[in-house]
Amino acid sequence: MSAQSLVAQLKTGLDAPICLTWELTYACNLQCVHCLSSSGQRDERELSTGEAKRMLDELRDLQVFYINIGGGEPMVRRDFFELVEYSVASGIGVKFSTNGAFIDAEKARRLAAMDYLDIQISLDGVDAVTNDAVRGVGSYDMARRAMDNLAAANFGPFKISVVVTRHNVPQLDQFKALADSYGAQLRVTRLRPSGRGVDSWGDLHPTNGQQREIYDWLMSNGEHVLTGDSFFHLNALGPSLPGLNMCGAGRVVCLIDPIGDVYACPFVIHDEFRAGNVRDDGGFARVWKQSDLFTSLREPQSAGACASCGAFDACQGGCMAAKFFTGLPLDGPDPECVGGDADEALARLAAQPVAVALKPRPAMDHTKPPRIPILQTAGRSAG
Amino acid sequence: MACAVSTDLIAHPLLGTALELHPQVALRPEPFGALAYHYGNRRLVFLKHPDMVCVARVLGQHESLAAALQGCGIAEARWPSFAKAFESLLQSHVVQARVVQARVVQQRGSR
Repeated sequence: MSAQSLVAQLKTGLDAPICLTWELTYACNLQCVHCLSSSGQRDERELSTGEAKRMLDELRDLQVFYINIGGGEPMVRRDFFELVEYSVASGIGVKFSTNGAFIDAEKARRLAAMDYLDIQISLDGVDAVTNDAVRGVGSYDMARRAMDNLAAANFGPFKISVVVTRHNVPQLDQFKALADSYGAQLRVTRLRPSGRGVDSWGDLHPTNGQQREIYDWLMSNGEHVLTGDSFFHLNALGPSLPGLNMCGAGRVVCLIDPIGDVYACPFVIHDEFRAGNVRDDGGFARVWKQSDLFTSLREPQSAGACASCGAFDACQGGCMAAKFFTGLPLDGPDPECVGGDADEALARLAAQPVAVALKPRPAMDHTKPPRIPILQTAGRSAG
Repeated sequence: MACAVSTDLIAHPLLGTALELHPQVALRPEPFGALAYHYGNRRLVFLKHPDMVCVARVLGQHESLAAALQGCGIAEARWPSFAKAFESLLQSHVVQARVVQARVVQQRGSR
């Protein structure tokens, strides 16, 4: 079977996802400006430890080989280790994303002692200035401390996970050097206009010139760098990047959010892409196998406005989430179409206040309310 | 013609080799064949035909790859392509060469 017919098969869906992301909690110690799940505060509807374990039982029965755990900051949950250990003991390997705040020397040793566990430390700049502008003050030092602790505990090759932005494209080589210095593996992924990214994407997403830079860099470094196959929209620039050249949403990929809602992918937390909830009758398996949304995503998709473009086979029209949250039609070009085919539509949208107001917003916002400093002036005498 | 083909077959060293699924590999059936996941190196490999899956599953019960192919009723004309496919599975450690029973005992004794 050729690679192309394999992709054709995958597009009709699998019996269970290959790549399942489970956001453990919406609670987070940080509030990154591009957070794809708008995390910050815990949601009181969060799955309990028992519910989470029942869901893991189901994933085990479906033979899901591994899961990507994220959040929020997953280590905020008190049962974090309990759930990870339960998952691994069930034959489900775990890769989890963290900002590193809670990986002190002792936790690093505990993590290093576990099998089938991968860790991704998020870092969006090779220096505090670049990183903290996106991830918050102190987050660079936090991540580096976690990396130092993991290295000291001989964890082995952890991953450094970078969301590529306008400000860190020039740092790609330095990220690679940093990863190498730890014996770590570099992972770079595409910025999506999802979650709080709806408001920050315009300022953060790479420029058109930078798209070429990213493509060239991935072409020369691609084999040693993980990408989650997230840059396939760049394939229109030349030979295809390594990996599966397709959108896996609802076909090989899905997201289970902290309250058990199942979405087509981690970048589309919106009612339109919600397929069901693991608490529903039939649980996750039924949502994966029978939901109307996933069934429709597995049907042949129309190339729409891209049908006449010679590059469609290469780029597949790009990312569904990126189109959706920038207000573009799903059967048209990606907002970062390297041919510039979305530029006109984006400019038209931006010029219409009504269109801007009607742009889809994420289903939920768990951003913490701003802290209002309490003025301490004459209060003391009253106490 | 058939004779020439089978001479070719015997020439492929893997066909005479005893193989088994790597103990850290799990197979998950899928409409196109199966997914093979290696818990050790975390690699995911696609077995892109149901016949491949049949052979992979019974490998350990046969004295050679050829015998496993026969066990799954695979026509001899297709054996070369299967030998090639299993060669790549061997390289990605989805399958491994199997030590025959007698030697296993001996090795254990000598350790």
